[in-house]
Amino acid sequence: MQRIINDPDNVVDDAVKGYRRASPDLYAATEHPRVLKFSGETVDKVGVVTGGGSGHEPAFLGYIGEGLCDAVAIGEVFSSPTADAFLEAFRAANRGQGVACLYGNYAGDNMNVKLARQMAEMEGIDVQTVVARDDVASAPADQRDKRRGVAGEIIMWKVGGAAAARGESLDEVIRLAQKAVDACSSIGVGLSSCTIPANGKPNFSIDPGMMELGIGHHGEPGIEVAPLTDADAMASAMCGPILADRTFENGSEVAVLLSGLGATPVMELNLLYSHVADRLDAEGIKVHRTYIGNYFTSLDMMGASLTVVKLDDELKALLDAPCRSLAMTQ
Amino acid sequence: MQFLNASNGTEILDELIGVILENRTYLSEVDGAIGDGDHGINMAKGFRLCGEAIEGKQLSLHKALSNLATTLMGSIGGSMGPLYGSFFLGMANAVKDKDTIDAKAFGDMLSGGQTALQGISDAQVGDKCLIDTLTPAIAAYQKAIEAGESFPAALQALKTGAQQGRDSTKDLEARIGRASRLGERSKGHLDAGAVSCCLLLTQLADSTESRLETAAA
Repeated sequence: MQRIINDPDNVVDDAVKGYRRASPDLYAATEHPRVLKFSGETVDKVGVVTGGGSGHEPAFLGYIGEGLCDAVAIGEVFSSPTADAFLEAFRAANRGQGVACLYGNYAGDNMNVKLARQMAEMEGIDVQTVVARDDVASAPADQRDKRRGVAGEIIMWKVGGAAAARGESLDEVIRLAQKAVDACSSIGVGLSSCTIPANGKPNFSIDPGMMELGIGHHGEPGIEVAPLTDADAMASAMCGPILADRTFENGSEVAVLLSGLGATPVMELNLLYSHVADRLDAEGIKVHRTYIGNYFTSLDMMGASLTVVKLDDELKALLDAPCRSLAMTQ
Repeated sequence: MQFLNASNGTEILDELIGVILENRTYLSEVDGAIGDGDHGINMAKGFRLCGEAIEGKQLSLHKALSNLATTLMGSIGGSMGPLYGSFFLGMANAVKDKDTIDAKAFGDMLSGGQTALQGISDAQVGDKCLIDTLTPAIAAYQKAIEAGESFPAALQALKTGAQQGRDSTKDLEARIGRASRLGERSKGHLDAGAVSCCLLLTQLADSTESRLETAAA
């Protein structure tokens, strides 16, 4: 295993230490070692919280900042944070106007958030949730409830965070965050497996010369294992299920988030985007804004995830609002 | 009539902790076949911390189980912390005001745990998880009690039900958890959560049976 670590069992705590030392202008400690909060000026507003397993960097800690999340709970690699950690994040983000917990649809996160919400309620903190379900490959359209949350979570944080920064109420932040993630369709393609440091060996395998379309952010099975194609065909294969997932009228405006999964060079992401743009052009879809880079990864997996966000004026205004964080500044 | 003195909490918990610590490597090996191989490590971490917290204290079963529940929820993330945490919390709440636990109260304790767990997870029998051990084991216990069998006989039914439930996971295709990645290939391997659940229920039955007292009817 060719990795930059100390004790493989301590990678998460060691990494948190690094984040704090590197960016004291962004990160402050809380009562829980696996929870960080924004170190900047605290303003009176609805708190925005997310959380999830480690290994998806810069998610989740990278989205703490202005116009984004106020506090974030992280777990072991690919494993949900504890209920205690989510609770501490709720406390850290709460300014008396309630907390919007915006997270992804995974069994462990669902359970730990549910427990933490019950505990927060006893402390008088009002926590409302939005659960991202944007991965079109994880379940068919008539079973959206079963879909996993992937990179669309970032759009949900951006829109929810901007709404909170604008001074919206908790109900309104929740409505807008829900609207944002409902407007997202995402799909991944995996070209290699990934290795959890504490395990020391790849989690699964993708044979050389093959690719897995629809792969999840932890290597959950995709919809098709097929011979590796060129970028043009790969872009088409990824756009297909996304364009089939909802109606895009001629002239529809979208935002496109194309994230690497950890090991794919950024040059190749831009190369891939060029073909995605061709495909969207051909459908008469207008791209309002792009995010291309390593926004939501899966350790050292080779591959990419594509998220297309269908916009209206309300979402556009919130997506375009300024923000400042490690992973996203505009 | 036979009963368990509810002041034995620390001793019974020590035995539950012991069985998890003894099987740390085995549980991780089972998990490694189709999961991410950390089940034994995570469970041992949570149970060891609970052992340290209750050491030297004479706790009631309610207090000891509550401590285990909050330790698991606070120290193990992922799915196992909340699943086992709610299970033991539900059990703890069912014996809150009890000085003695007879066969019916023991059944209520198990059902209390099961209800709490179902409140947090939608997992069903057949999904290849700890529910596959828990549900048939508790059903077998309740059936024995309804049939008028003795407390020890019902505990034996609990153990047999748990073992059969654990073994049933071998032929199942995982529908939840990381093993669902493997689909068809998850068949032929036991589920690690079902194995740890069987170890815990078996130990709980043995620890209870060895401490049963008899009251004049």
